[in-house]
Amino acid sequence: MASEPEVAVTANAVLSVRDLRTHFLTRDGAVRAVDGVSFDVKRGETLCIVGESGCGKSVSALSIMRLIPENVGRSMAGSVRLEGTELTTLSERQMRAIRGNRISMIFQEPMTSLNPVLTVGAQIAESLRIHQRLPQRAAWERAVEMLAMVRIADPARRAADYPHQLSGGMRQRVMIAIALACNPQVLIADEPTTALDVTIQAQILNLMLELKQRLSTAIVLITHDLGVVAETAQRAIVMYAGRKVEEAPVAELFRNPLHPYTRGLINSIPRRTAAGRRTNIRGRLQEISGIVPSLREEIVGCAFAPRCSFAVERCSRERPALDPHAPEHLAACWEVARVAAAVR
Amino acid sequence: MTAYIVRRLLATIPVMVVVALFVFLLLHLTPGDPAAVIAGDDASPADIEAIRRKLGLDLAIWQQFVIYVGNLLRGDLGTSIFSNLPVLTLVKQRLEPSLVLAVSTLVLAIALAIPMGVLAAWKARSWIDRVVMGFSVLGFAVPVFLIGYLLIYVFAIELRWLPVQGYRPLAQGIEQTARSILLPAIALSMVYMALIARMTRASMLEVLSEDYIRTAHSKGVATIVVLLRHALKNAAVPIVTVIGIGLTLLISGVVITETVFNIPGLGRLTVDAILKRDYPIIQGLIILFAGAKVLVNLMIDISYVFFDPRIRY
Amino acid sequence: MAAVITAAVPAASSSLDWIRRNPTIVIGSTILGLFVAIALIAPWIAGDPLSFDPLNRLKRPSKEFWFGTDQFGRDVFSRVVYGTRISLIVGVSVAVIATVTGLLVGVLCGYYRRLDDIVMRVMDGLMAIPAILLAIALITLMKASLLIVVIAISIPEIPRVVRLVRSVVLSVRGLPYIEAAVASGARSRIIMTRHILPSTVAPLVVQSTYVCASAILIEAGLSFLGAGTPPEIPSWGNVISLGRAFFQISPWIIFFPGLMLAIAVLAINLVGDGLRDSLDPRIARRM
Repeated sequence: MASEPEVAVTANAVLSVRDLRTHFLTRDGAVRAVDGVSFDVKRGETLCIVGESGCGKSVSALSIMRLIPENVGRSMAGSVRLEGTELTTLSERQMRAIRGNRISMIFQEPMTSLNPVLTVGAQIAESLRIHQRLPQRAAWERAVEMLAMVRIADPARRAADYPHQLSGGMRQRVMIAIALACNPQVLIADEPTTALDVTIQAQILNLMLELKQRLSTAIVLITHDLGVVAETAQRAIVMYAGRKVEEAPVAELFRNPLHPYTRGLINSIPRRTAAGRRTNIRGRLQEISGIVPSLREEIVGCAFAPRCSFAVERCSRERPALDPHAPEHLAACWEVARVAAAVR
Repeated sequence: MTAYIVRRLLATIPVMVVVALFVFLLLHLTPGDPAAVIAGDDASPADIEAIRRKLGLDLAIWQQFVIYVGNLLRGDLGTSIFSNLPVLTLVKQRLEPSLVLAVSTLVLAIALAIPMGVLAAWKARSWIDRVVMGFSVLGFAVPVFLIGYLLIYVFAIELRWLPVQGYRPLAQGIEQTARSILLPAIALSMVYMALIARMTRASMLEVLSEDYIRTAHSKGVATIVVLLRHALKNAAVPIVTVIGIGLTLLISGVVITETVFNIPGLGRLTVDAILKRDYPIIQGLIILFAGAKVLVNLMIDISYVFFDPRIRY
Repeated sequence: MAAVITAAVPAASSSLDWIRRNPTIVIGSTILGLFVAIALIAPWIAGDPLSFDPLNRLKRPSKEFWFGTDQFGRDVFSRVVYGTRISLIVGVSVAVIATVTGLLVGVLCGYYRRLDDIVMRVMDGLMAIPAILLAIALITLMKASLLIVVIAISIPEIPRVVRLVRSVVLSVRGLPYIEAAVASGARSRIIMTRHILPSTVAPLVVQSTYVCASAILIEAGLSFLGAGTPPEIPSWGNVISLGRAFFQISPWIIFFPGLMLAIAVLAINLVGDGLRDSLDPRIARRM
């Protein structure tokens, strides 16, 4: 394994993930969905994980939550510590006491993530009854309060509604209410706005950020949308082919992307020009050519090399180390100097 | 809701008309003289004539049908040729054992098969799943009379735990009834259990892969609660549907089971009527069983509302 | 992680691979093949199933009488072997009659909407009547014979086939390529035979195996009740029916034919399940 310098463990890290590996054993060999990812989440901050679909973002999140069933041939390794508690070695029962209580998660599809045969009030109250052992009545009242907190009008009446009676945006608000009901230290949000209307997306993001302030919950926001990253996060991690390729404070990342893949992502953000046409900074929407590599084979060298315009012979031979190049700025690329010098 | 029920009740009318027409025509579309068929091979011409007059077979066919449907509407299912008793009276005499058998079978099958299906789906591809699916495949193949005689042989003849055959009415004490109905109910429930377990497994498997199950796990809900509260209720509609479909199996099975265990119910009434060619009884029972089936299907459709809030009538 | 890339398999191992992936079809059809063989060579492996032998009444299974004898001293083994013929004939005939009739009616119904209304009401009515009662009613009225039994068992199976075919036809009819064929002026008969019929084949093949299994069970049930195949024909149901009275002292008269019946139905169902899983994943979920 290529050596990866330990990210300096910050004293106020609420969640720290070290060398997380999640592989799926299939008939044709192991799929390395997450292949040695490390990061820290500080108390109350918003950390974004960015990457194309299939890069291992969601699997990382599910692995941290230990939500991947064992019977699909998955194997996991590495360490996940939540406020000093090692999650990977807990019994299933101990893990259940933490899930939805100290760390919770919301998902991409609000339309299918809520149980269609239970009222939304009951679904919020369930968390409270499990983790805070509230009696039925008190849990329901607290559920109504949570609905009010996520700004659902007429919460007392809405609590008795079933999910199909709510719009997509309202359902995602309900999901947020469920996730935050027990006041967790960490909230993992997996593409929480992707399935929503553009107009609703901003509302939901703002609501999450506002509640984060109020409850001092740290958020791990998984997204493929760099626009979302720019608007919400303090720090961001860029993932490619199951590995972390770059990590930096958000402003630094946009100002000075050091990995060619990050550059490609930034260049493919559409911008609205004065004329109203959707273009990027240079006036043309660029995309990264080539396809994401198969995770089925062990990748030697840099996974991005086949698609990279900066690639040299060494890139396909040796895996680049994830080294610091600026304060709090890590990148895994042999050609960082050339990339930094190149005009965007 | 009420409007829906009324609409559905009205929709059962054409079905029952077809059944009535079919049952009526059975007697008339047969080659030869229906009266002679009913009377049997060694009947005298006088006997045949008597039966003909008694069944109104001397009238024009449309008149006969009008009279037949008119009688049905007044609750007259016909009169037995041999005992001269109204079919409805005979049915009432024989109803209790069949009802007790059917209900015990239903309860037994549902109580065992649904947990089996849930377990199999939860532990999909494990040995538990294989055992449940194996049982289900066997349940479809082994005929009810073979299971029945095997049970009698083991538990009544060899072990002497339970009576060999016969039925004790509820009036003689529920314990006696239970002892007499246990083996028949087990025998009859096998195919039903196979059906329900298989559908429960299939439906649960589909539901367990849904996003909201993952949500439930992410809340820290215990597995048993995920299975029963979050998954089973979502999986209920196909299961309830198959319970209704299985009712056909149950009715056919009741006839055979009552013969195996010598239970004096509607099944025995049917078989005795066949052997004596007491045709009005067979006709009446067909109408009755078909009506029961149509009504139960209606009740099942209505019950969907209780399982799925998205269904509104 | 759903995507599974199927590697190119060398031709030599492909049939072995197929067997490995469809064990139920292989096991089922092997057993079924055995039953067919037994039915074909019955006269060479079994004695006379009909001749009475008063000296050997109700004999236990032994070297001489493998499955014992019944109350008339007839060899149960011979009767069971010849019964295989009856059950297979009934199963296959009913499957063919019900499938062919159901296919015709179903295609016509799916295609001609006006016919559909009337026929489907009749089918609903037929389906409301429990199959065994319907068959009993038909058989008691006719002079019992194997043909009548086959017809009487086929009739209640037809509506199920019609519904299946009709649903396939209706779903196919809505597809763009059929619309295109209609729009381009193809004749109904050609549309039906070229475009619609082929898509009914897979579900029908599966359904017909289930019809076959259920027909064998119903024939046995009817004969067991004394309302099926004429008693002089040694069908499994008839053998069992005669054994009823002597069950407590000679259970073998019932157990051996019952066991054969169960194994035969099991084998057919295994083939059906295997075909269903390998032919059409969509109906696999529905059934």
